[in-house]
Parts: sequence; C-alpha cells; structure tokens
Amino acid sequence: MPTEAAGKPLPEPTRDSKPYWDGLNEGRLLLQQCAACRKIRHYPRPVCDACYSMEVAWIEASGRGCVHSWTVAHHPFHPGFKEELPYIVAIVDLEEGVRMNAQMRGVTPGEMRIGLPVRVAFERTKEGLTLPAFVRAP
Amino acid sequence: MALKERGAITGIGETAYSKNSGKSVVALQMQASLEAIADAGLSPTDIDGVIVYGPSGVVAEDFVTNFGIPDLRFSATTPMGGASAVAAVQCAIAVIVSGVCRHVLIPLGRNGASGSRIGARVREMPQFRVVGEFEMPVGAIAPAQLYAPMARRHMELYGTTSRQFGEIAVATRRHAALHGNAIMTAPMTLEDHHASRMIADPLRLFDCSLESDGAAAIVVSAAERARDLARRPVYVMGVAEGHPDSPSVISQRPDLTTLGLAKAAPRAFAMAGVGPGDIDVAEIYDCFTYTVLCEIEDLGFCRKGEGGPFVEGGATALGGRLPVNTHGGLLSQAHMAGLNHVVELVRQLRGAGGATQVPDAEIGLVTGYGDMGDGSVAVMRRG
Repeated sequence: MPTEAAGKPLPEPTRDSKPYWDGLNEGRLLLQQCAACRKIRHYPRPVCDACYSMEVAWIEASGRGCVHSWTVAHHPFHPGFKEELPYIVAIVDLEEGVRMNAQMRGVTPGEMRIGLPVRVAFERTKEGLTLPAFVRAP
Repeated sequence: MALKERGAITGIGETAYSKNSGKSVVALQMQASLEAIADAGLSPTDIDGVIVYGPSGVVAEDFVTNFGIPDLRFSATTPMGGASAVAAVQCAIAVIVSGVCRHVLIPLGRNGASGSRIGARVREMPQFRVVGEFEMPVGAIAPAQLYAPMARRHMELYGTTSRQFGEIAVATRRHAALHGNAIMTAPMTLEDHHASRMIADPLRLFDCSLESDGAAAIVVSAAERARDLARRPVYVMGVAEGHPDSPSVISQRPDLTTLGLAKAAPRAFAMAGVGPGDIDVAEIYDCFTYTVLCEIEDLGFCRKGEGGPFVEGGATALGGRLPVNTHGGLLSQAHMAGLNHVVELVRQLRGAGGATQVPDAEIGLVTGYGDMGDGSVAVMRRG
C-alpha cells in the first residue's frame, strides 16, 4: 500500500517485491522468473501460475520494449503530481513478455502510438526512491 | 443453471439523489431499505439475509440493530466494486435456492459527493494493493487514469472515436433529464461533450461518472413466494459474475479491451435461455462512457471493435435500437455503484418507468463493472 510521505504515493515494498525495488535503486530492472519452469512474471508475486512453484529467481531485463497503450493525465487527482501535468503514463510490452507502466520522457502526446520502441530509464526522486520511466529507444 | 428463474426482485427503494444529502450513510441506507421492504409488502423483520456494500462502511449488523431483525441467517459482501450489486443478486438467489434465506436485502448508499471521494478512497482498498505499489507511484492514481489506456487501445485498434463516447454521454443525459430523480439534467450535445475538459486522455469530463449522495435498496425473494407479495414480480432469468484475466491490474491483462463481463455474459444468457436480440432495455454500468461501449461488445450486442458504430445516431437513447440507462446512469443520475441500475430495470419491467419507460419492455438486463474489470450481469423479465 502506498503512503503519502513527501506528497506523493510511495511504494511500500513487500517481501515478495523488495528485490524489484532494490534493483531499481541500483539502476537495474529486475523481473521474477519461476525457478522451476522459467516462466517470467510481473508484478512480483509468490506463486508461478504455470507450475505453482514458489521458488523464485530474479533476472535482469533488457529494459527494451514497445508501447502497448497509454494515457495523458490532465486532471490533478493527486497533489503530488500536480506540478507535472500533463504527463504521459505508458503501458509497455517488455521484451521478456510482461508489461509494466511508467511515465514517458521526451515524447509528446502526439508522438505516442502502439508499438513505439522505448527503453527504461531510472529516476531518483527527492524521497530517495528510484522509479522507472521510459524514453524513446533509438 | 440451478438459479434459473428461481429468484425475483420483489421490492425496490431509492432516496433522492443529490450532492449533499445532509444525512448519514447509515440513515440513507435505512431509508432506501425501508422503502424497498414496504414496496415488497414485507415487514423489516421478514428480512433474513443482508448483502452489504463493503466500501460504504455500513454492515449487516446495522440492519439487525435498526430493524430489530430477530434471526438474521446470512450476511455477506460481494467485494467487486461496481460489479458488487449485480453479483449480490446472484449471491442472494443462491442462498434463497439453498434454503438459507427467504428474503434478502441488498442496500447500497454513500455520501460520495459530500464525503470522501472515490479517487481518494481507492488507495486504501486491498483490491488496489498491487496498483498501489507499482502504478500509483508513477502517477496512475485514479480510476480514470487506470482505465483510460483500455479506451486508448480500443481507439487505436478499432478506430473508435471520442465522438462515439459522446453519443453515450448525450443519450444518458437525455434520459436523466426526463427521469425525475437525477442530479445532472441540463441538456448536453455532442459539441458540449467535445468541449468538456480532458481528464485522462482520451476520457473527458463528460465521459466520467458523478460523485453523489444517496442510497438504493432491493429485496430478493424466492420466485414462488414473489407471486404472493405486493408488486408484480420481476424474475431473474439468468445471472452470473466474471473476473477478467489479471483481475487486479489492467496493464498485465492479455487483452485490454475485454472485461470480466465477457466471461459472465454467455453464462447468464445461457441460463436465461435468451440472447442479446431478446433484450428490450439494458441498464449498463457506466462509470465511464467507454466502459458502456466495451460492455455492449462483451455482452454480444455486436462484435469486438464494433461498439463505436453501434452507439452512433442515438442508438442507446429511448427509441433507439437498444435503450441504455433509462435513469441517467452513473453518468447523469447518480453514482450508486450500479444498484440504481438494478432499481431502474425493475421499474422498467414493472411498466413503471414513467417518462423514460421503454414501451412494452418484457426482458431486460443489468450489468455491473468494478475495480479493475470484474463484471456481473442479470437478465430479468416481467412477471
């Protein structure tokens, strides 16, 4: 559950997700992989839905993907994001076959399209947290 | 199929809808419930089951206390957000058919406008735990922002337009203006819709539902008992709930343009023994205009991707090929998380729809949509 410290909703990593957040802090995008059947899954969770193994490995993702869909936020639903409006939140198909969402950097709403190649970036927040973002891939 | 034609809606009640009720949520729910129970010709002590709406904070024990119910035999909640109300109908009939209960009360009420707003509340709810950890921190906070990528994907894949969303908003507003118990009654045109400010692209202000105060309630009874009660019964022919793949996180769903309703609708229609072509009136959960368009497809009124053309030309307005949300829905009547849709369908099938009555409505359906895509649907007929 997010907390409201420093104005923005901050993640509270769980025992299942802590390696993901630790990875971001080190500038690496880590994904869970089932240690038994090798299926990659996201967001982090305790059980593989293919073989029900609870043994987890973590792999470093390439960080490359393409846009699956997006929205442009205009209304200030949360005071912590008011200064950033309007901003784009993209859902991205990662090369590893899972999706994640994060804000787009350096792209205008008019340039957004399904399939737009992107790569992950890492942004240090003033709260000392690292969040993922996406930039257009070359 | 054990639930087919076994339950009926025997009583309905509603408070006035407003932006500031001046009453407690408990009082609102009691008022609507007393009206529904009296409408059925029952006494409050006849109620032996209550299915509450969890987020409202009102619990089954409040009804025991306020009504002096001597022996409540069943209490539950169906935690599916806006799909809860119709899912509660399925739950109620199941406990009636199994012999646990005779008359189940389903109340729902909130001070959604004068109290805390939905966008603030979702962050506290356990079903949003995963988006709370991974998506809200990057700025996908409110339902409009989380749902907008579904609409955007539909537009990109199928050529669906904002103007087609506007068709739904305009038809719904027209019904609200005629209904008599609706909050938003000022006339709306497609141009008004287009001019409304962007909230979460592609969703504009007039694509979004209201926050409102009020309460609704229904009584569900065994079909064989319903004939002896005060009102012409409305029988539940088929009912089902469905949960989409990746039910709690839209971004991970294999197909962003399909909802849990796509799983529930074939089961409900099969149970009812009718199809989309038999539906005279449809009360379709409308937290956003796009949701209605997608549900129309998932219900089978048209194929996936054809919802945009389907709703054009006032097709969902009274007199159109499928009258939808004859009460004004969540978009223009009030946001009672879809129990107001159930109340309205019953009114239509009683022939008591007043200025928005669909002539000779015999069979109708009502849907729910909740949280990140849970769905529920009931097909009903007049008795």
